[in-house]
Amino acid sequence: MTPVKLYPPKPEKAYFFGTCLVDLFYPEAGLDGIRLLEREGIEVLFPQDQTCCGQPAYTSGYQNEARAVAAAQLDLFPEPWPIVVPSGSCGGMMRTHYPQLFAGTDLEKQANEVAGRVYELTEFLVHVCHLRLEDCGTSEKVAMHTSCSARREMGLAETGPALLAQLGEVELVEQARAAECCGFGGTFAVRHPEVSAAMVEDKTQAIEETGAKRFVTSDCGCLMNIGGRFEQQKKAVTGEHIASYLWRRTS
Amino acid sequence: MSVQIFTPREFHRQAHDALGDPQIRANFRKAMDGLMTKRREVFGDWDLETLRELGANIRLRALSKLPDLLEQLEASCQANGIKVHWAEDGEEACRIIREICESHDAGSVIKGKSMVSEEMHLNAHLEEAGIEALESDLGEYLVQLNEQTPSHIIMPAIHLNTDEISEILHVKTGTERTRDVDYMTAAARSQLRQRFMNADVGVSGVNFAVAETGTLCLVENEGNGRMTTSVPPVHIAVTGIEKVVEHLRDVPPLYALLTRSATGQHVTTYFNMISSPRKQGEHDGPREVHLVLVDNGRSSIYQDDELLDTLRCIRCGACMNHCPVYTRVGGHTYGTTYPGPIGSILSPHLMGLEDTKDLPTASSLCGACGEVCPVKIPIPDLLVRLRRESVGEGRGNVPGAGVKRTRKEAAAWKGFQWLATHPGAWRAGISMAGKLKALMPAKLGPWTDYRSAPKPAGTTLHALVKRHQASKAHEEER
Repeated sequence: MTPVKLYPPKPEKAYFFGTCLVDLFYPEAGLDGIRLLEREGIEVLFPQDQTCCGQPAYTSGYQNEARAVAAAQLDLFPEPWPIVVPSGSCGGMMRTHYPQLFAGTDLEKQANEVAGRVYELTEFLVHVCHLRLEDCGTSEKVAMHTSCSARREMGLAETGPALLAQLGEVELVEQARAAECCGFGGTFAVRHPEVSAAMVEDKTQAIEETGAKRFVTSDCGCLMNIGGRFEQQKKAVTGEHIASYLWRRTS
Repeated sequence: MSVQIFTPREFHRQAHDALGDPQIRANFRKAMDGLMTKRREVFGDWDLETLRELGANIRLRALSKLPDLLEQLEASCQANGIKVHWAEDGEEACRIIREICESHDAGSVIKGKSMVSEEMHLNAHLEEAGIEALESDLGEYLVQLNEQTPSHIIMPAIHLNTDEISEILHVKTGTERTRDVDYMTAAARSQLRQRFMNADVGVSGVNFAVAETGTLCLVENEGNGRMTTSVPPVHIAVTGIEKVVEHLRDVPPLYALLTRSATGQHVTTYFNMISSPRKQGEHDGPREVHLVLVDNGRSSIYQDDELLDTLRCIRCGACMNHCPVYTRVGGHTYGTTYPGPIGSILSPHLMGLEDTKDLPTASSLCGACGEVCPVKIPIPDLLVRLRRESVGEGRGNVPGAGVKRTRKEAAAWKGFQWLATHPGAWRAGISMAGKLKALMPAKLGPWTDYRSAPKPAGTTLHALVKRHQASKAHEEER
């Protein structure tokens, strides 16, 4: 049996780890995530010294560099509040790989403790906040791309769609081969650009074929990749981080 | 069709060629879609997680006792009248098989499907010694006729479509050009039938070697495995040392996982259990049975507690069927005996990282392989481990460790580390990137060949949050 994850009750406060891609390219998505949490009565703590989870170095094999970067994040969350991350990829890194990265080191205990408090944003909204949404937007079709890390590493194929399903005027359509990777994979897109391009081409085609003019995702890597492909092809399909989409339609 | 030599060193060029070949793209996409659907349907509402857990534990238990089980297997086989040989590498295994053939004055060998024999290039070795080796698995037969290597470990000719197969059979064996699959299968069958009757030696692989009973299990669909192991007077089974399982009762769960994961079948048409040569009073079966146990780098994998998991593999091919990279570039692109995700974690040990350094990175780490692996090999983690080895930040025990480390890339990651551990510099840097976005190049290497460049937002989340908190504080004051 797959172990059942037990979720804590809604906390008074929560930490927010914005991630480097949000910081640089999609800061509004981060702020919208914070607003969604605050609307649920949670005080959001944003440690100003946060940088990056270390994943790019980790998946490139640069283990020592990744560990140093990760170690710099561990001290940012001293209180026992949950740590919410608007990305399945960075969330997966912190929850799954921090324990591996620090196994056998002095920081092992702290890393395990931090990892145990990490939640992906949609996961936290659904399972901890039990979020209820009221749609103020106009009617439209939307496709969702759940990142591979959210889907497989964190086991969160359902949380994004569950939130979208609450939006009364939104028709959630599923693209063909929805579970297949969009081809981002961090440095994979740069190391194997042609294979990555073939993957994102198939993904954009599948989304386009649903007839949706908008797609949402909970990971900025996928958003950059799929959205960038649509934009380069001058297609009339735009992407948005799910936090921004939810905030925009319900505020 | 010309003979093309593939090598893992040329992964990028081969991927480029495959991606530009509509035939390859279509053949693999269609085949992999079909296999994924069949697997999903055949497991249906099974408690797959429990079964995978069981499969993983059986394999882990066997591996944890590997040296003892191999000795037990040797003793049980010998007690059954099966002769057991040990080969440290592929070359030695080839020599052992050739010598057995020569001791029987064998001029022709018929082969059942065996990936280990591909790994050690047995056919070429036998041909050099003047012994003809003919593949009898239909896919292997076609690939051999076409002077190629398998592009998939279960379906060797999956890269070929009906028209291509028709052409190969027409050119090489003189059959009519046709799209009639039954005609082609029947033609190949009758061609092979004669060869079975005349072969001096049969060579097969092994799916599970049972230590307790000395039983060699062989899973197949075409009956060619049964013919190979029962018609010629001598049968030689060849397998990697990791294929041993402890008990006969370990086989059914692994078999259930194997057939369903591989081809979406509840059972295969044939399941052979070979436990001895022909006994007195029996009317058929080989007079001699040999088992060749091949190490070829496996015991060095075995000595690493992480990489060891690679040896759990039962060769179902589900990881390649579900891999978005394999699906697009096909099996030959990898240039290795074992393509796809399992190949990318196994080949570096067999061939060294100098030759295979582009394979561990040929994955988006999407996790589909690990998700479907019937024995729960943590393939994505092992890919990352091998990336670490190739840039010299692992344990250094994989041949060619450190080969991918360049001063430039190492310096770039050190730079990243410095920036990401100096928050003040980080905030300034990110903020600067936003302010200078007009200066950002519109071309960013390979990224912008296919996508528009991401644009820094102009303000950072750090700054937005500060502003947001200040305005909230201001509101509260009022």
